[in-house]
Amino acid sequence: MALLRNILIRLITTLVTLFGVAVIVFVVIRVVPGNPIAMMLPPGATDADIARLQAQYGFDKSIFEQFVIWLGGVVQGDFGQSISLRQPVAQLVLGRLPATLELSLMALLMAVLIGGTMALLGTLFRNTRTEGAVDVTAGMALSIPDFLWGLVLILLFGVLWPVFHISGRISPSLNIDFTTNFYLFEALVRLRFDVVADLIGHMFMPALALAIPLAAIIAQLLKQSLKETMHLDYVTLARTKGYGENHVILREALPNAVLPTLTLVGVQFTFLIGGTVIIERLFSYEGLGNMAIDAVINRDLPLIQGIVILFALLFTLVNLVVDMLYVVLNPRLRHA
Amino acid sequence: MRDARGDVRRPIGLRLWLSGGWLALLTVAALCAPWLAPKDPLMQDLFLGRMPPFWMEGAEPGYLLGTDSLGRDVLSRILYGARLALIVALVAGTLTCVIGATLGLMAGYYRGWTDRVISRFVDIWMAFPPVLFAILLIAVLGPGLVSIIIAIVIIDWTRFARVIRAEAMSQGAMDYVASAQVAGRTRFGTMLTEILPNVLPTIIALLTLEMGIAVIVEAILSFVNLSISTDSPTWGGMIAEGRTSVHQAWWVLVFPLITLFLTVLSFSQLGEGLKDRFDPVLR
Repeated sequence: MALLRNILIRLITTLVTLFGVAVIVFVVIRVVPGNPIAMMLPPGATDADIARLQAQYGFDKSIFEQFVIWLGGVVQGDFGQSISLRQPVAQLVLGRLPATLELSLMALLMAVLIGGTMALLGTLFRNTRTEGAVDVTAGMALSIPDFLWGLVLILLFGVLWPVFHISGRISPSLNIDFTTNFYLFEALVRLRFDVVADLIGHMFMPALALAIPLAAIIAQLLKQSLKETMHLDYVTLARTKGYGENHVILREALPNAVLPTLTLVGVQFTFLIGGTVIIERLFSYEGLGNMAIDAVINRDLPLIQGIVILFALLFTLVNLVVDMLYVVLNPRLRHA
Repeated sequence: MRDARGDVRRPIGLRLWLSGGWLALLTVAALCAPWLAPKDPLMQDLFLGRMPPFWMEGAEPGYLLGTDSLGRDVLSRILYGARLALIVALVAGTLTCVIGATLGLMAGYYRGWTDRVISRFVDIWMAFPPVLFAILLIAVLGPGLVSIIIAIVIIDWTRFARVIRAEAMSQGAMDYVASAQVAGRTRFGTMLTEILPNVLPTIIALLTLEMGIAVIVEAILSFVNLSISTDSPTWGGMIAEGRTSVHQAWWVLVFPLITLFLTVLSFSQLGEGLKDRFDPVLR
């Protein structure tokens, strides 16, 4: 019962947070100077034309009325019409979401692999120079944000040793007729490995740039909790049974050390998703973030609203999933 | 703070020296930019576009780090760019710190509805992608130095509020706080004289980190062309230009990038170093 009540409370706070985000975005973007309608009409448009279009988009009503109308639409899945692209916002945003999701998940995978390897190396070779190297590398990696890593990677793998693509999501010649926008997933399912290679060639640098700071956090946290776990009695017991160091670390210590890292990685993963905005811009990757920046530059109010709400929803969902994983993975909470 | 076990100070360490040294150098560069810069940072010369740095063939004497596509001197632009970067770091960093730490202290020490209101706002803020929020705010406020500073404060106050709230909460539960209140201090007085000094080391460490973040935010905003007017030299603006011509003139990207990299690294290492130094548990 306590679990059910917790979930209910979580859902309510999530809704309150989303509502708050909606209110803030709605108010903030409506004080933007510059008339979005005037920007979409040709120079010779009359005042009557402007007024007619403003009425069509509902900009002639008060902010409160606009909000109520917008909220009524959102409840039914209607996020309005984009001004600059003249398509339904929901359709545009959902079309771009897969690109951003694939990029974020690829980055998460890289971060877990790199960070996990570093933590294990640091534990296996503790109190040696290797551990020191892991600490220094992680400290450096953490100090520099994804934007700067992206630029460094462009110089390394785009200019100095040009092995990866520095812009776009896929080479035009390989753009097979995708039925979904999950290109990477679909290419894998259809066994088109040439397309998979091309997609990864485009994704590698932006994903790595996003992954580096998170990898550093994982390396630090996991190493710390492995260190604490290594002193516990059951680990000593495994050792006296004669298991080797590798077995002790991987099979005995790791499963218990993962839990505290998991919670923090959840929050950090939302930061990573937030980072896609500028990273997608930097690598001209056609995802949500890149679309968001264009929307702001074009003063496309309905589109901005839609994208920000979707990001907020994504963030709260990630936190919810992490909380549930924590319950599932923690034996002490499973039967509560 | 005094250490009860006596004044066993650790050596300042290479990390603090290097990062402090770089930031001091940068400050001098920013203050003396008009005297140090070999050229006018805005002066264009289309005949001298994309000249390589001095050690390469075809370099133009007087342009040490080469020129950009409009023939402007890269070194001079970096030196002038340091002014904006440091102003943003100092002003935005300090304001964010003051506002965020105050709200965090109040939430953590007063608890009750103060805490509930502030924490609810923090939750909402955490659901915004920060870069998008920043771009949105600049679009609303219009480009300019003041807008950048306001945007950074609005976005980043939660960074302080979250951490300081937690610290103030654990300090508030300590006996010495209770005894201060028994002795007749007001709650506000206790907060200032008992809680604040104890969370100050954390505040200082966070402030240094925040300065590095402010520099990055400014660079990102310049990169998407939303910072201050396009003709003032900014590191982010230089990087944006360098990104487009990276295959023809790598130096336009590399030199401002190295400067930005070292500056951000120095701020964060300084913060980490100060934290270790002030932390009574680690000392």
